[in-house]
Amino acid sequence: MPEEIMLTVNGQIVRMPPGATVAAAIATASAYCRSSVNGEPRTVLCGMGVCFECRTEIDGRPHQRSCQIVCSPGMKVNTQHL
Amino acid sequence: MRTTEKQFDVLVVGGGPAGLAAASSAAEHGVRVGLADDNPALGGQIWRKGIAGAYPQAENCSKKLQSAGVEILCGARVFDCPSPNLLIAETQDDLLELRFRKLVLATGARERFLPFPGWTIPNVMGAGGLQALVKSGYSIVGKKVLLAGTGPLLLAVAAYLRAHGAQLVMICEQASLWQLAKFGVCLLKHRDKITQARVLRKDLAGVPFVTSSWPVAAEGNEALKAVLISRGGRIEKIDCDFLGCGFHLVPNTELAAFLGCRLRQGFVEVDHIQQSSEAGIFCAGEPTGIGGVELSVVEGQIAGHAAAGQEDLARSLFSRSQKLRKFADTLDRTFALRPELRALAAAETIICRCEDVAYGRLKQQTSWRAAKLQTRCGMGPCQGRVCGPQTEFLFGWSPDSVRPPIFPARVETLGTPLRDVEPDYCEMRGQQ
Repeated sequence: MPEEIMLTVNGQIVRMPPGATVAAAIATASAYCRSSVNGEPRTVLCGMGVCFECRTEIDGRPHQRSCQIVCSPGMKVNTQHL
Repeated sequence: MRTTEKQFDVLVVGGGPAGLAAASSAAEHGVRVGLADDNPALGGQIWRKGIAGAYPQAENCSKKLQSAGVEILCGARVFDCPSPNLLIAETQDDLLELRFRKLVLATGARERFLPFPGWTIPNVMGAGGLQALVKSGYSIVGKKVLLAGTGPLLLAVAAYLRAHGAQLVMICEQASLWQLAKFGVCLLKHRDKITQARVLRKDLAGVPFVTSSWPVAAEGNEALKAVLISRGGRIEKIDCDFLGCGFHLVPNTELAAFLGCRLRQGFVEVDHIQQSSEAGIFCAGEPTGIGGVELSVVEGQIAGHAAAGQEDLARSLFSRSQKLRKFADTLDRTFALRPELRALAAAETIICRCEDVAYGRLKQQTSWRAAKLQTRCGMGPCQGRVCGPQTEFLFGWSPDSVRPPIFPARVETLGTPLRDVEPDYCEMRGQQ
C-alpha cells in the first residue's frame, strides 16, 4: 500500500495518495483556492493549468497553479490570500 | 535561479498524444530530440497521469523515448522566442534556453467555457476539468454530478466519473437529437468508434442523457447546490454537488501564432506533411483541427518524420490522416453551438474571471482591444484563454496580436539575461 502524503491546507492536516495534486488536496479539505478581485471564492475550473483559477500559496510562494503541482510531504498550503 | 541551455535537432512542444508521437517518430532517425511540456507528467490531457499512474499509451511511449535518448522536460512552460530557433521556457525554479533546428508544436486544446449566472461558483468546473481533478486525487465517491455542454468529451468524462463512484444525475447535451443521430450514422464508417460507443452505452446505462438541453444558472452560496437547466422548453432544477460543464474544445494556438504561423478559421494552417506557413515549424494534433486522439497520433507521426527530414515517410501517412480528418469535420458540424447559448449571461455575470469583468460592461465595447483597454478583460493571468473564446462566441471579437510572455512568467525569469542574444532584444523586451 503506497504511503499517503501528509500536508496542511490552511493549517488543517490533509492526507492524499501519492501523485495527487495540491488542487485535489484543497478540494478534499473543502477549501477554495483563491478569492477573486471582488472577493468571491474561486476554485479549479480547467484542471489543466491554463485558467489560473486554482492559483494559491504553497510553502510561502504565491500564485502557484495548484492543479499542476503534486503534493509533497509537509507542504503548507495557504488559500486565504488573494 | 539557474539557466540551462539545451540544443536539439528537433524540439517538440507538448507531451500529449501528438507530441509523444512526433518525438517518437523523429527519434527513430537518430536525430537529437527534446520534448517539453507544461504538465508535471507526460500524456497531455486525455492521457493525464494521476494517482492511478500513467496511461499505458503514454507510459509505453515515454519508455521508448527514454531508450532512444530523447530529453524529456516536464513542468516546462514556453513563454518567449527571443531569436530564431530559440525558445525560452520557465520551470518551477529555473529558466531553459531551448535551441532547435526544427520545431514541432503539439500544444493541444483546452475546453471552451461559456458564461451563465453562477458559473463562477466553486464546484462548477469544466467537464475535463472535473475529470482532471478526480484523476489527480479528489474522491468523487457518492457526489452528485451533473455534466452539461457539448461534445464527445461529456460522455467520456461521464463514464470515467461513474466508474470512480460518482452519482451521475444527468448529462445535458446542447446539440439536438437529430444532429447526434446524423453523427451516429457517420460513426458507422469508423469501426473503432462504434466499439467505443458501445462501451460507453454500457458504462452509462441508466444515466439520463438529454439532448437540446443546456445550463441556465448555477445556484449555491459558497459552493454549488443546484443547477437550472433548459429542457424541452422548460426550466428544471437539478440538485448536485458538481457541475462539469464544457462546450467542446478550443485549440491552443498562442505559441504558433506568436511564431508567425498562419491561422485559418482559428486553426494552424499546415500542409500534407504538417508543416506550417513558417519554414521549419510543424504543427500536429488539435491546434490544426479538433479531431481526437487517433488523428493527433498520426499527425504527430507525420510531423516527427518530416521534422527529422524524412519527408517521404511522412507523406506515406497522409492518407491515414485524411480518413481520420473526416471524423474531425463531422465533430465540428455535430457539436456546433446553438444561438440560445449567447443569451444566458446576465449583466452581472462574470466573463473575465481573472479581472472580474461582467457581461454588462463588455457588451458596451466594440472590440477585443477596446474591451482590454477599457475593462482589463483579457489582461489577467489566463491572457484571454478563458474569456477570449467567450467573447468570440458572444460578440464575434477575435483577440489581436499575441505578445510575449505568452504564458505568465516570474519577474526574476524575465530579468535574467540570455546568452548569445543581442543586447537590444533584452531592452526591447523590457519595454513590452
